[in-house]
Amino acid sequence: MQEKYDYIIIGGGVVGCMLARWLSRYEGKVLLIEKEADVGMGCSSANTAIVHAGYDPLPGSLKARMNVKGNAMWDTLAGELNFAFERRGDYVVAIGDDELPLVHKLMDQGKQNGVPGMLMIDGPEMRAREKHINPETSGALWASTGGICDPFQVTVAAGENAVMNGAKLLLNTAFQDFIMEGKRIIGVRTNRGDFLGRWVINSAGIYSDEVMHKAGVRPEFIIKPRKGEYYIFDRADVSIDNVLFPVPSHKGKGILVTTTLHENTIAGPNGTIIDDKEDTSTTKEGLAEVADGALKLVPSLNLRYSIANFVGLRPMGNGPCKTPGVVYNNDYIIEIPEEVQGLVNLGGIESPGLTSAPAIAEEVVDMLRDAGEKFVAKKDWDPIRPGRPRFRNMSHKDRQLLVEMDPRFGQVICRCENITEGEIIAEIHAPIPARTYDAIKRRTWLGTGRCQGGFDMTRVVTILSRELGISPLEVTKRGTGSEYLFRQTKQVEG
Amino acid sequence: MAEEVNFICTACPQGCSLTVLMENGEVLGVTGNSCKKGLDYANAETSDPRRMVATTVKIHNGFHPLLPVYTERPVPKPMIPQVLAEIRKVEVEAPVVMKSVVLENVLGTGINVLASRSMPAKG
Amino acid sequence: MLAKQIYDVVVVGSGPGGVAAAIEAKKAGADDVLIIERDTELGGILLQCIHNGFGLELLKEDLPGPGYAQHFIEEMLSLHVEVLLNTMVMDITPQRHLFLSSKEHGYVEIEARAIVLAMGCRERTRAQIRIPGYRPNGIFTAGTAQRWVNVEGYMPGKEVVILGSGDIGMIMARRLTFEGAHVERVLEIQSYLSGLSRNLVQCLQDYNIPLQLNHTIKRILGKNRVEAIEAVQVDEKWNFVPGTEEVIPCDTLLLSVGLIPENELSRKAGVKLDPITSGPYVDETFQTNVPGIFAAGNVVHVYDLVDWVSEAGFSAGKSAAKYAIALRNAEARYTPLVAGKNVRYVVPHKLDKSTLEKEDIRLQMRVTRPIEQPVWVEVHDGENLITRKAERYVRPGEMVTIVLKAKNYADVAKSSKLTIDINPR
Repeated sequence: MQEKYDYIIIGGGVVGCMLARWLSRYEGKVLLIEKEADVGMGCSSANTAIVHAGYDPLPGSLKARMNVKGNAMWDTLAGELNFAFERRGDYVVAIGDDELPLVHKLMDQGKQNGVPGMLMIDGPEMRAREKHINPETSGALWASTGGICDPFQVTVAAGENAVMNGAKLLLNTAFQDFIMEGKRIIGVRTNRGDFLGRWVINSAGIYSDEVMHKAGVRPEFIIKPRKGEYYIFDRADVSIDNVLFPVPSHKGKGILVTTTLHENTIAGPNGTIIDDKEDTSTTKEGLAEVADGALKLVPSLNLRYSIANFVGLRPMGNGPCKTPGVVYNNDYIIEIPEEVQGLVNLGGIESPGLTSAPAIAEEVVDMLRDAGEKFVAKKDWDPIRPGRPRFRNMSHKDRQLLVEMDPRFGQVICRCENITEGEIIAEIHAPIPARTYDAIKRRTWLGTGRCQGGFDMTRVVTILSRELGISPLEVTKRGTGSEYLFRQTKQVEG
Repeated sequence: MAEEVNFICTACPQGCSLTVLMENGEVLGVTGNSCKKGLDYANAETSDPRRMVATTVKIHNGFHPLLPVYTERPVPKPMIPQVLAEIRKVEVEAPVVMKSVVLENVLGTGINVLASRSMPAKG
Repeated sequence: MLAKQIYDVVVVGSGPGGVAAAIEAKKAGADDVLIIERDTELGGILLQCIHNGFGLELLKEDLPGPGYAQHFIEEMLSLHVEVLLNTMVMDITPQRHLFLSSKEHGYVEIEARAIVLAMGCRERTRAQIRIPGYRPNGIFTAGTAQRWVNVEGYMPGKEVVILGSGDIGMIMARRLTFEGAHVERVLEIQSYLSGLSRNLVQCLQDYNIPLQLNHTIKRILGKNRVEAIEAVQVDEKWNFVPGTEEVIPCDTLLLSVGLIPENELSRKAGVKLDPITSGPYVDETFQTNVPGIFAAGNVVHVYDLVDWVSEAGFSAGKSAAKYAIALRNAEARYTPLVAGKNVRYVVPHKLDKSTLEKEDIRLQMRVTRPIEQPVWVEVHDGENLITRKAERYVRPGEMVTIVLKAKNYADVAKSSKLTIDINPR
């Protein structure tokens, strides 16, 4: 008996999870399929974590509209979904007089895009606001609506809220093809079977081009991965409290030096166009490029305080802007195509994709409504996804109460970041269960400190094995194929 | 036919590079040593090299699944693989007391294998 | 259950440094000594160092790590040192308050007259030496692999490459070989061996495991699990020598690239760290810049022989006890003064008994309510009256005083607390 869904979403990144969350508000069966072992394992968890103000995208583009609309939705969303978010505000910093006109141009562009709360500040003011900034700064654009978040938390929170409201999530489920009846899409074929649905929504990120081509849609649309490499710094040795952008170039927004909500300063990304959509390797040249860019903004930054590197691949697409008179070939595709029925097609959702995600979700619901969908609100829809305790952020008094309530919160597993067994267990048994080491790491920030898992790794493997009822030999870092242990020494039991 | 054998002395942390002139298994001369210990080491190493062996054995019902063990004296180097194989067959029951014998007279060497630590029973 | 709220000496960490400090602190006369360990048993890193070579200097015996640890743990326990296991110290203030977290005892605050920091080291990681490439599973520090193989009973690799010729790396090369893995290569970026030459002989040469000096790793390959590493030769400036790349297939990369003293807690306590050692600045008594906070062992700087760690621990423990005892004696000189019946407050709040030997002390107080009749102002220690004074009346607006005279010294010296009551006559 084949289950029939109303909406099938391909891809569990931040956009897919937001879509699921928006759609789960209404009557109708929602299915979200994700090929990896967890949601948000692509670009959604490997970015600069910025909620952009919206001065950067070209006026008239879909990117600009989604960015500004999305930005305004974050306060409510953070309140409802209980993820970490702060309107820290951002600076686009001009180094040297030559760069100042470019910053003014961004201000104008922002005004055209309808971005509120922007201000131009001069060199001395910029130096006062950020004492580590390159003293050659000639001024900056200050955009007060810019924010920072934990992008993975956002993704999983949206996904959990969708699941709590009845959406079904299937991990380790990879889209293979559409099931069609003539020109109508009636479902999807995956590595775990066929699923029927009235509408299929393509939010497959870096693979969105390959997905749409399977339906014969936009054969000329191509996604090229744009690799961005990052440094993460030790929070005890490097503390930049601001979000610092350089002046943008043709390559993009440039290499930032920014604070994060984990209090680690990060630097990055560069932007190298590559071919391999699975190539998340760091490179010597790429990291050197990031170092150069970072040192231009903050000359005193010392690379020896770096504790980790990571890579994000942005899905850069060649979608044309649909606004008449605007010549732009890197715009978002958010549409219901005419060539086939039953498809909502998203493509090229790179930066400002994270910021735009809630706006995109709302846009898709509007588009579906315009296409004749009758959305009836669920009576028992709960917009709130409750937060879970974060021991590390709690006062001594609150920690005491928490541990009294559940002693497992007293057992500290990650020494550097103060993550407890209680929190790990809570994530393993959450609405979207964390079943791998990396899944726990993304949710709790465990293993991201100075020792990079040196103390916690063996203990987390033991906890996962116990809580999931599997052998330690089956515990993985990021899904099948990434197991930790090969066999027991001496064939021991237990 | 005389031949030269080179190796590093491990009698003390200094690690002198020794050169031993040998013929028919007999040591003709030693150079490179800074002290008498090096001379003794060279003689021992060329005639009867020995090593301490440390590994683990399975322990039933113990606080941990493995008990670390060690040879109370160095065993002949060529015998190490067989010594390890013999020790691998040993399984002990918790609780165990430090320095108790887990394998007596391994392979007839007269050397016992001892528990490196005490280990209580589980729970 | 925790026996006390305030201890003479608290030792953080039960590796060789901490255990030695606890032993000597007790022997030097500390009343109560508490040792706190985050793991399930005492011993620290020695528990996983099952190879021989420990105790040659101090015990004149060639012991494996766990045996060396146990020797001193038994001595420590025989001295009735209090032990907390499975407990993490979350914070230490410069005033020597410690916040502890455990499943069994909950989240508690205790105070110490002296603290010995003995948290040991952590291992340098891949990110800190910046090897480009993927971040697959199978990249472990040698110590993490050692814990799996020796304590938990699992093999984290089959075909292994080791980066770094530190002792832990060489020891693990032999250990993994003993347990049936194949160690393909050991790479060392320097032109010289990082660890002891004894280990080169007994861990690498004995087992024909090749060591390549002046080599490092250019790239790690494999998305989910290590599939290979690309080794490369370097010049004296550590630049890659082009054309010397070699891809070595393997499923595991062990890192033995250095130890870093673990001073997260030290920083929280306000302890200043030497950027060269990464450990606290200490004087000859192993006291840090924070009075009453001492440090011993690898947390100060990395030792190569554990025997000297124990020696440092003995020294720090002795100094810590001395400090604690002096503090306790100073505290004992003070008697608190408590506001009793009809008294709202008394100043001073405490007095140094020894002052009374030489001079009088005037106590000042105010009453809670007016008493418009004759009263006695009485100072007592709970059992005996020490001195008293008559007043015709007392009112909140008029300060009341009474003098403790030198002749009261004998009585005051015996008391632990003085209470001042005002009662109608």
